[in-house]
Amino acid sequence: MSLRFRVAFAAATIGAICASAMVAGGALATQAQAAQKTGDGAAEPATPGAAPTLRLMSQSQYIHTIANVFGPDIANNIRFAPVKRTDGLLAVGASAAVVTPGALDRLESAARSVAAQVVDVRHQGYLVPCKPADEKARDDACARQFLSEVGLLLYRRPLTERELALKVDLAGASAGGGRGFYRGLSFALTSVLVAPQFLLIRESLEADPNRVGGRRLDGYSKAARLSFLLWDSAPDEELLAAAARGELHNEVGLRRQVERMLSAPQMEQGARAFFEDFLVLEAFDNLAKDPVIYPAFTATVAKESREQVLRTVTDHLVARREDYRDLFTTRRTIMSAGLASLYRVPMLIKPKSWAAYEFAAEDPRAGILTQVAFLSQYAHPGRSSPTRRGRGIREVLMCQHVPDPPPNVDFSIVEDPNAKFSTAKERLTAHNTDPTCAGCHKITDPIGLALEKFDGAGQFRETEHGAAIDASGALDGVRYADAAGLGRAMHDSPAVRACIVSRLYAYGVGRPVAKEEDALLGYFQAQLDRTGYRLNDMLRTIVYSRAFFTIQGSDPQATRTAALAP
Amino acid sequence: MLIRTTRNPTRRRLLKGLLRGGAVTVSLPFLDMFLNENGSALAAGQPLPARFGTWFWGLGVDKEIFLPTKYGADYEMRAQMKPLEKVRKHINLFSNYNVFTDGKSNLCHYTGWVALRCGSVPASRGGLPGESLDVTISDAVGAGSRFRSLTLAGTGVARDSYSFRSADAVNPPETSAVEFYQKMFGPEFQDPNSPTFTPDETTMLRKSVLSGVLEETKGLERDLGASDRQRLDQYFTSIRELEGRLELQLQKPPPAPNCVIPKTHGKEAGIGVDVEVVDVRHKAMTDLLMMALACNQTKVFNMVYSDSAASLVRQGSERTHHILTHEEPVDPDKGIQPNASWFVDRAIENWAYFVEAMANTREGDGSLLDHSLVYAHTDCQFAKVHSLESIPMFTAGSLNGRVRTGLHIDGKEQAATALGYTCQRLMGVPTSSWGTQSMQATREISEMLV
Repeated sequence: MSLRFRVAFAAATIGAICASAMVAGGALATQAQAAQKTGDGAAEPATPGAAPTLRLMSQSQYIHTIANVFGPDIANNIRFAPVKRTDGLLAVGASAAVVTPGALDRLESAARSVAAQVVDVRHQGYLVPCKPADEKARDDACARQFLSEVGLLLYRRPLTERELALKVDLAGASAGGGRGFYRGLSFALTSVLVAPQFLLIRESLEADPNRVGGRRLDGYSKAARLSFLLWDSAPDEELLAAAARGELHNEVGLRRQVERMLSAPQMEQGARAFFEDFLVLEAFDNLAKDPVIYPAFTATVAKESREQVLRTVTDHLVARREDYRDLFTTRRTIMSAGLASLYRVPMLIKPKSWAAYEFAAEDPRAGILTQVAFLSQYAHPGRSSPTRRGRGIREVLMCQHVPDPPPNVDFSIVEDPNAKFSTAKERLTAHNTDPTCAGCHKITDPIGLALEKFDGAGQFRETEHGAAIDASGALDGVRYADAAGLGRAMHDSPAVRACIVSRLYAYGVGRPVAKEEDALLGYFQAQLDRTGYRLNDMLRTIVYSRAFFTIQGSDPQATRTAALAP
Repeated sequence: MLIRTTRNPTRRRLLKGLLRGGAVTVSLPFLDMFLNENGSALAAGQPLPARFGTWFWGLGVDKEIFLPTKYGADYEMRAQMKPLEKVRKHINLFSNYNVFTDGKSNLCHYTGWVALRCGSVPASRGGLPGESLDVTISDAVGAGSRFRSLTLAGTGVARDSYSFRSADAVNPPETSAVEFYQKMFGPEFQDPNSPTFTPDETTMLRKSVLSGVLEETKGLERDLGASDRQRLDQYFTSIRELEGRLELQLQKPPPAPNCVIPKTHGKEAGIGVDVEVVDVRHKAMTDLLMMALACNQTKVFNMVYSDSAASLVRQGSERTHHILTHEEPVDPDKGIQPNASWFVDRAIENWAYFVEAMANTREGDGSLLDHSLVYAHTDCQFAKVHSLESIPMFTAGSLNGRVRTGLHIDGKEQAATALGYTCQRLMGVPTSSWGTQSMQATREISEMLV
């Protein structure tokens, strides 16, 4: 029985700005234009590709891989050191991240904990494929069987004979002195889990038989690229077997695996991982509100609001297979008891459980921008912030860059103690009489002000300091009256479409998108404008593109194009 | 002789004892005998360890009530410095030192601290053009203690660290007193004053695991580009550092007569950055750090009280410290923003707490502080305009009598890197300069040298 089936069997048994500074915006506008120019059936543009990547595995990839290999009951409370968010994504930062001594400390500690559990009396019976001849002594044959099987899944390729021999030897040496076979095995497994071959996702090249002297990503590297994108986890046995047979190099074999993965339950964790990164949800690790001003916003509510947006996204995109753009207008969500109280919705939900909920058509809430997660994340601890919300929308959801304020920013009008500003709109309007400030604030504030009927904790309000709130405004020329109108404008915004495609592609290839790939993104967008922006369609468009696996110098068409360039 | 041998068991000897089953228990007498007669040095003649630390707070000060008008030893303590009165004799204040940007943008709440930590002005937000000085110092002196350095964030935020080898290699901070306690004094802690010493067989096997990883990965860097090779090298360096720590764990730790293992992790703070919560967290971590130092767990440490764009909040106030620095009117009579100033007062109180904690922790014939040098600074002088002129900096401690204290030192508008350079020289870093362009420092601050 394979390890995956043994785990599944065991689990069942256990039962348990400034226009000039909108640089990225400009680039995305170029992509949008490219998309318009790309007609039906247009060929995929050539791309130069990039060097193979060496990515540090993320915390969630680690957790999912351990769970998928050894089963969900292996406790794993690892906390990775933060990596630098690059080009909007932690996944891109991971391709430059370094394992510092402090970071390694945590990884080694987690490795020991996982290894000890895998071989303990509860798990050894089904996670170790053989019985040692004598539990009190080394058994190289059994250790070899276990380590080669587990090593394949963790290194994402077969172990070399040298690697395997060293591990078997370590297991044997550690079993001496009365420690026994399983204890020895736990040290060998620890060495797998702390090795760079496991923690750094390294892509390798091989000779391309279709091009003399050409190179391409090898099958195992392709498998890893696919699996970490779609499942947020290392490849399973079936995908690795396909890689070993060379099937990922041909269209039929690739489609067989991708379609299998797109319809697998692990897709939900893959989608969650992408949106956790894309929506910058690590901000919730430390999000707190002033308990006097917002007594309803407790630590539990903060945690549940993050969970709510992820459940909404996965329900919408994975379970219902609906269009990404509709996330900005949908009235469906998933509610917990604590959140129901904050939203003031009449719903009885058992503690620690979740239930589907749909806001009424006349309700001011529509789309993820009006969920507590977004509203509280982009606000101050004690009040709302149209500027933060506007900046969040521009930078995160539209991939545009909003410049920092100048060091000598002048708040003298806002500071005037005689001025009476009841609402944020009045305050910001006054601040923006300074043309230096107005340049950037006009990029952020009209959008953020549309959400002003929700306070800093995301609770609905009609007034601020007794004055009625005006939530009307415009997004890039599209006018709206309220937050729901902003959601509709986002739904139709070309920048929103360009952004999700660009981020998903960068997330998949694990590196920043190069300027030379603008035409490619435009091509993706043109395809999706026809099919719709369902998650599976976006993923298919990307992973079936030639560009997805192209590495520097490996795209013959790109080479030809470069040679012909003046 | 017996003791020396026992303190440095060979790998072969331990393996013989450990891997064949019988763990070794070694009896040792109690340890004041290791100190010389006046307790100021080890009997073998080595000086007590010289320690280096950093302490950071965000959003500057209010110069109208902070900066003394006099320099030298008899400077006046103005209102915002008052909490430091009780530790005055242990600290130096440095003012009139500047950060020059050489035409680069002043990135609000970023340029200042980056320049003071790594000696160079960043070209863009997120860029860190060099390694922080604590890392350089740790490379020079950090060996021989259990942790080469410790980094702590009183904010409880995992990204609040100003200790880095590069922008992609920021040292992650401890964010909770509970976890920090476990890391320091949990099962892996070895009491340096225990009369017996039993090398732990698991530690030896853990070390073998790491050695095996290094052996197995030989040649792994082949076919990698230069930057990825460096990253892999850093991975190996981290493994070797952990290996070195485990090696130390297999030896009888040197004596630390003032090491008293804390019974608990102290008061547990909630989440968030309310000033009261940060105060609890910072003090709990400080107390634990003092004992970690007294127990020789590290020679280099970093403490962050608040982040550089300090979003600390005060219960019931709509505005964070940062917002107040921009939105609160300046009181025309006092020249300060009263509510924003309240937050600075809390930061200075916590800095005073930190210094006092070091001064009150006995070691040898003096205190931890007597054997340490702590470098404290913020990100700007007046947060309202993000000014980089005269960013206040402190040192605390006399570093085994090598640093004069009790002074207010005038930088005469020179580059603020002069202090970081002096700290590195004092800690034995063999460098003739620190910093780049206008921020390059080549001379020590002579006024603070004995």
